[in-house]
Amino acid sequence: MSIEINHISKSFGKFNALQDINFTVPSGELVALLGPSGCGKTTLLRIIAGLESPGEGRIAFHGDDTTDLDVRKRQVGFVFQHYALFRHMTVFENVAFGLRVRPKTTRPNEAEIRRRVHELLNLVQLDWLADRYPPQLSGGQRQRIALARALAVEPKVLLLDEPFGALDAKVRKDLRRWLRRLHDELHITSVFVTHDQEEALEVADTIVVMNHGKVEQIGSPQQVYDQPASPFVYQFLGNVNQFESRVTKGRAKIEDIHIDSTEHHAVEDADALAYVRPHDIEVFTEPNGHASFPATVSYIHSLGPLVRLELQRNAENTIIEAELTRERFLQLQLKEGSQVHVRPRHVRVFLKPSA
Amino acid sequence: MSKKTNVLPGFNLSLGYTLLYLSLIVLIPLSAAFIKTTELSLSEFWNIVTAPRVVASYKLTFGASLIGASINAVFGLLTAWVLVRYDFFGKKLIDAFVDLPFALPTAVAGIALTAVYAKNGWIGSILEPNGIHVAFTPLGVVIALTFIGLPFVVRTVQPVLEDLESETEEAAASLGANRWQTFYKVIFPALLPALMTGFALAFARAVGEYGSVIFIAGNMPMVSEITPLIIITKLEQYDYTGATAVAVVMLVISFLLLLMINGLQWWANRRNAEAI
Amino acid sequence: MSTISVTQHSRYQAKVARSRATSEPAWIRWVLIAIALAFLTLFLFIPLAAVFTEALRKGFDTYINALVDPDALSAIQLTLIAAAIALPLNLVFGVAAAWAIAKFDFKGKSILITLIDLPFAVSPVVAGLIYVLIFGLQGWFGEWLLDHDMKVIFAIPGIVLATVFVTFPFIARELIPLMQAQGKDEEEAALVLGASGWQILWRVTLPNIKWGLLYGMILTNARAMGEFGAVSVVSGHIRGMTNTMPLLVEILYNEYQYAAAFAVASLLALLALVTLALKTFVEWQAAKNAEETELAVMQS
Repeated sequence: MSIEINHISKSFGKFNALQDINFTVPSGELVALLGPSGCGKTTLLRIIAGLESPGEGRIAFHGDDTTDLDVRKRQVGFVFQHYALFRHMTVFENVAFGLRVRPKTTRPNEAEIRRRVHELLNLVQLDWLADRYPPQLSGGQRQRIALARALAVEPKVLLLDEPFGALDAKVRKDLRRWLRRLHDELHITSVFVTHDQEEALEVADTIVVMNHGKVEQIGSPQQVYDQPASPFVYQFLGNVNQFESRVTKGRAKIEDIHIDSTEHHAVEDADALAYVRPHDIEVFTEPNGHASFPATVSYIHSLGPLVRLELQRNAENTIIEAELTRERFLQLQLKEGSQVHVRPRHVRVFLKPSA
Repeated sequence: MSKKTNVLPGFNLSLGYTLLYLSLIVLIPLSAAFIKTTELSLSEFWNIVTAPRVVASYKLTFGASLIGASINAVFGLLTAWVLVRYDFFGKKLIDAFVDLPFALPTAVAGIALTAVYAKNGWIGSILEPNGIHVAFTPLGVVIALTFIGLPFVVRTVQPVLEDLESETEEAAASLGANRWQTFYKVIFPALLPALMTGFALAFARAVGEYGSVIFIAGNMPMVSEITPLIIITKLEQYDYTGATAVAVVMLVISFLLLLMINGLQWWANRRNAEAI
Repeated sequence: MSTISVTQHSRYQAKVARSRATSEPAWIRWVLIAIALAFLTLFLFIPLAAVFTEALRKGFDTYINALVDPDALSAIQLTLIAAAIALPLNLVFGVAAAWAIAKFDFKGKSILITLIDLPFAVSPVVAGLIYVLIFGLQGWFGEWLLDHDMKVIFAIPGIVLATVFVTFPFIARELIPLMQAQGKDEEEAALVLGASGWQILWRVTLPNIKWGLLYGMILTNARAMGEFGAVSVVSGHIRGMTNTMPLLVEILYNEYQYAAAFAVASLLALLALVTLALKTFVEWQAAKNAEETELAVMQS
């Protein structure tokens, strides 16, 4: 069951929460809506669910327009950020709720309800908690019960709002791997909202990066990380160094280093920004004839397999960050205050928006 | 908003019913009072509501309400403090009894207070020989209005006091403030909005009070006759327009008090929200 | 305008143990406790004790006789009828108003909340008067009612109306902040799972607000049974017909039948004590629930 999102816009008063959103979630995929808080990702998820109506645009499930379909008839599973478990019902009754509220004609009998609920509780490995009440559960357990409850109605698509947002770091890691495995088992088209890039990169098949109510980029985790489509995506996914630059006749410059910038070959002369990931900063003790610029090591974070260096550029008062393997670091014999030569590889250049 | 943004059902039904019921029970009947006064010319209206006997009743009603609410502000604050900060035998029971004036019918309170403060009553028999007359005097009105306003200050101050963080007091102490300085520079300002809200609530309740007062007041015209009683007296004389004119004055004052109280509560909530 | 609320009592366990820097010397503590207790004794306990003492002054037989008097029995009956009608009416209103206000956004919401508060601010005497202006003989519908041989004022409908008016806001004011605090997540979850509006109300919302609802009902009932001023205006004081218990207290008292007046009053005082006990129980339950939830939130 694919989800087609066509020209969706939504505003609250004068605030444009979503502006012309367009993409398709392919059947069976797990898609992350990633962006900072206030970027409109939760609003979009709620529109897909039918909990909000779009100002403009259409939503279709596998070609069937559902824009005006009542949320109750959409057959979506929705997992709320704070789970929204019914606190006065046992875990069993929570999961059974969606079956019990069906009209008499389609409601399964009691034995069938029991069977289905226990099957789901087994699926989320919490059958032993059936008689507990939500307040007696840990955050991770509540999260899984909320998921079981959403799955009980056999939804065509599964929507999760910040599914791991309220959990502590350790539980969060375990649970997102578990969710990935569960998705691989069930293959239900799923969309989840997150502001945590690591989470999106690890779990999702496809990431939709959003900012200010617009889609910045859609792609696989590899694509959005390695080939960010905009400065925003660069900065939002992982650490990055930003250099003031200038593009002249298709070539950008960082200090004396020339970078071919083929996508801007038509640009005569414009201010630009160049982006380089810390692990794409090469550090040498000698210039070795390569194009490079000098810097001073101002701080060394030496923890784990990677060593992070803060480098003070000699030409201007800015700090850049570099990541070296421990091996390479030891080989260079760097200390704080060491003079080094820096050469960026894999540089991406974006023109500054003209003022 | 162009389209509905909330998909929960029942908005039209619940809001429609709310507005209908509110109009039928409250708004339309209240408007009847204002419409009725249009039968009077402005000068007639003015003469009724400023007649000496009526003006004397305003003075008594508002004066006694003000004194009662002030007594409650002082002792209510103290009671709330004791209930929140100290431990003593029977505290929970006492706490529950603070709401007695809410629960006890006003007529019962009225005859009970009269019995207690009359010449041969438990307290009256001590006071009267010393020349203090409570029952059937304006002082009796103050006693009754203090009684019915008692829970308001306690119940508005209590939760705020419970939520005060002891860290701020410890900080004041560590900066060299003594206990009294800590109270009036740190604690009291934090309690002030709640205290004023409680005071205003007690005052508003006292202004309209009837049942608990009429038994103990003696109801002597110009001396111990409260404004609600003036309305009743005019009604019993079938002077509906006169009664309504006085009622409209009271209604306008009630509205103003209600607006003031809403303002105070908004202020208090904002204070609390900032604290969190 | 109502100040007592079940939610306010949720963090009931006062942090009594305090460091030395933030507590007062023992003698100040005891002086303050003594003043507070003296104040409460003077204004609460002595009058309450006086009700029962006066009621039993002429002996237990007189007491019982006063209560089984036909006038007393009919007053008790009318009081129960008025409360039994006012309570469900204001219950339905309270739930509807709280649903609209807590779960939806609309223009004029704060004005609506203020208007719901109005009956708290209006003097009970004025509350009675406005119904006389509408349904009384000289009122808007006076002639029409006379023509159709119906009576509202100086009859039971008037008493019920006045009672509904004075207890109007209690349940709504209890539920609105409670339901606002609970948000609408659970209702939305039920909706996505396919529940209808009534199913959401019965299975999700009402169980969540049951303590607040009960609390509001207790307050409504106490006020309904005890209301004096408003009912006094519309009743006409017809013995055995339109007297409620508080009105009968007044009549007996004015006729110098003190023992009988206090006997009926003692029943109302007992009702007040039961009200306080129930209220405390509900606060305690609500606090327990809130604590469990709070504890659970901390664990997650």
